Amino acid sequence: MRIGIDVGGTNTDAVLLDGRQVLASVKTSTTADVTSGIVAAIDGLQRQRAFDPAAVRAVMIGTTHFINALVEAHRLAPTAAVRLSLPAGASLPPMVDWPQRLVDAVSGRSYLVHGGHEFDGRHIAELDESELRKAADDMGAAGVRSVAITSVFSPVNAEFEARAAEIIGAQLPDVAISLSHEIGRIGLLERENATVINAALRELAAHIVDGLAASVTGAGITAPLYLSQNDGTLMDVDFARRYPVATFASGPTNSMRGAAVLSGLDTCAVVDVGGTTSDVGVLRQGFPREATTDVSVAGIRTNFRMPDVLSIGIGGGSRVRGNVTVGPDSVGYELTSKALVFGGDTLTATDIAVAAGRADIGDASLVAHLDKGLVRAALDRIAADVSDVVERMRTSAEPLPVVAVGGGSVLLPDELAGCGAVHRPENYAVANAIGAAIAQIGGEVDRVYVIEPGRRDAVVEEAKQEAVDRAVAAGASPASVGIVDFDEVPIPYLPGNATRIRAKAVGDLQLGA
Amino acid sequence: MREITQDDLDDIARGAAILGTGGGGDPYIGRLLARSAVRTHGSVPLVPLAEVPDDAVVLPVAMMGAPTVMVEKLPSAEQVGLAARTLAGYLGKELTHIACAEAGGVNSLIPVVAAAQLGLPLVDADGMGRAFPELQMVLPTLYGIRATPMSIADEKGNRGVLDTVDNRWAERLARSATIDMGCSAMISNYAMSGDQARESLVPGTLSLCAELGALVRAAREAHGDPVSRVVERLGGQRLFSGKVVDVARRTVTGFARGEARLSGMDGDEGAELVLRFQNEHLVAERDGVVQASVPDLICTLERETGEAVTTEGLRFGQRVTVIAAPADPRWHTPEGIALAGPRYFGYDIDPIGVAG
Repeated sequence: MRIGIDVGGTNTDAVLLDGRQVLASVKTSTTADVTSGIVAAIDGLQRQRAFDPAAVRAVMIGTTHFINALVEAHRLAPTAAVRLSLPAGASLPPMVDWPQRLVDAVSGRSYLVHGGHEFDGRHIAELDESELRKAADDMGAAGVRSVAITSVFSPVNAEFEARAAEIIGAQLPDVAISLSHEIGRIGLLERENATVINAALRELAAHIVDGLAASVTGAGITAPLYLSQNDGTLMDVDFARRYPVATFASGPTNSMRGAAVLSGLDTCAVVDVGGTTSDVGVLRQGFPREATTDVSVAGIRTNFRMPDVLSIGIGGGSRVRGNVTVGPDSVGYELTSKALVFGGDTLTATDIAVAAGRADIGDASLVAHLDKGLVRAALDRIAADVSDVVERMRTSAEPLPVVAVGGGSVLLPDELAGCGAVHRPENYAVANAIGAAIAQIGGEVDRVYVIEPGRRDAVVEEAKQEAVDRAVAAGASPASVGIVDFDEVPIPYLPGNATRIRAKAVGDLQLGA
Repeated sequence: MREITQDDLDDIARGAAILGTGGGGDPYIGRLLARSAVRTHGSVPLVPLAEVPDDAVVLPVAMMGAPTVMVEKLPSAEQVGLAARTLAGYLGKELTHIACAEAGGVNSLIPVVAAAQLGLPLVDADGMGRAFPELQMVLPTLYGIRATPMSIADEKGNRGVLDTVDNRWAERLARSATIDMGCSAMISNYAMSGDQARESLVPGTLSLCAELGALVRAAREAHGDPVSRVVERLGGQRLFSGKVVDVARRTVTGFARGEARLSGMDGDEGAELVLRFQNEHLVAERDGVVQASVPDLICTLERETGEAVTTEGLRFGQRVTVIAAPADPRWHTPEGIALAGPRYFGYDIDPIGVAG
């Protein structure tokens, strides 16, 4: 048995699974402290279907906590960005394009140091260790608690980042250190931004992960705890402490992966209708298609891997207005007091669903008076807007099946214009928790290789094998590991057939006896 | 627009990416550098080409190298200024104006950085009216203006001055030096007098970039169709709307060459467009028939937002509208076609003119 939990902004959903069979599922409210919501969710599972905590082999949690902390600029550690690049890059220092509010929230300090690599591995300058030591002195005096280190071309050669971490770590043993080559890809400012965000979240991550672990052990469960990552694979708690940024987009990813399992479709568009938004993503071979452009998070450009998701402001809590519009504003968490079916005075999409007989929520008699034409028009509006987003996410003329999940998916019709039938799997309301529970273990390689003539096949094999090895090292069962994504891009203007190779391997989590 | 302020830079970058015809690199870094330079040194006076005095000393400044490297090893304002100062020193002349060699991506903004850094006015003009991949491909070449002496500077302070027998050699030697400098360098070349500039440059480029950028922004804010506004302004035509279904790239002698295949939508259903590119788009073929080619402009715009998509940024699944717009008429002279027509890029076809 395993337990999957998805902690969203509004709801905490949990499922108890045996293999792929859903034994129990609950939806509870997310609490301000997160942990008591999780305790309540596990409790709810226990009441629905009594289980022996010792029989749980793994607990998987997906959480939006860290991204919310960034958006709200809440509880971020005083952070320093160290860039190894001089004499390059001085005109555009770290955090140059950040919203000032967030620079202030992380008490952002920047240090530029001689170092960095050229594209071909030569040094731009030797790493200046005395400059680094001076910077560390200054950070210590300023009360910096977390450090992000970025070196030019570190995805190709990480030696300077590693050495800088040794030097700063020796001088400031209590600060957390994040290294850019472990977080982002080529594109210095975006990778550096992601690394600084990660650094700023390190303290909160330690705190949250401890809380999550405590709420699980408090329920008598001794099985290992995993958190789900942006790409739909799992990380252990130690990894989560070090790389909180990797959890940022796990919410939509979990929904999509859950939808794939529930519907049995591994290539499809997934529409996840929540309280305030509908998120649409595309699954290929069971994994979310990744965004290919840089993704802005809270106004900061970053380039770590995120699923390609388009959102529109339509959900169960969306306000419906007479002429007829649905959303983008929503009553949000106040649905249960503001919606008509709950005795409130605001017409919401939920009221429309109840009036149309698609949902049984609250008191249906309170919406019996609604004009049939208005109800029809609101549902048509929702269907048209959602099918437009699905249409925009499609990548080929071939029809792409649509799977609807999330509590608000009752708002969607059985058929979407131009998209065909809508698959609405059982347990659709807790797809995200199921997605967390069935998440797998991944390993990835993303590097620039110089490919000598006749060596291409060997280099490709080498890269794939390394990805497989990394997945196994991270806990995947060797027999189940396979390459799920492979990409090879020659880099223009670089001599020597420089080619960027990216390989991703994924396998099932090897569960202990 | 008589001066470039911080507020103009987003529009210029957006418009320049369109005229970049798929090349020119991501203007993001150029925009940040320009913003920082204008913030430090103040706004940059923009002088119409017609008002440049005969005896002016006009110096185009540009970035040369791999965009992939530039986004990693960030250039600095000092490096840009160094390239210009080095050439001025070699020429023994006092610079009076900075200019753009090309319209497109980062190289529409690097000259803003140079002008701000050196405290000089910028000429509202460029050497191509679009972007091309090789440095001899500028209209001044047609007027016998030499690419060299040219300067090249890296971020470390290394600099060189090249003096070559012709403009093709300048491209070749500068390319080698750029690679040794770490594949991202600042250059300054085609130094010219004011009257040479008026004769050989394309007037109004920066104003046009700013105007295109503002058109796209305004159309989006009004939920209008940015793509048709761009087509109208450039006097061009909409060639095709479709989804990118395949992108093949390979590196040939240091350039990214390749093809993108688009499958039609919005009235182009059932048809296929193939785009052939070398950094910039060179040829557009619908169902095997060439619709447009260099020297005319072929631009890929995001279908909904009107944002330019670079050839490096083309990805499977993107929905784009391909438009074509006429190049400066001087590119359609026999000399212009010899310099940057389809045959120069290895396609055995005559250039296809764009009907407005």
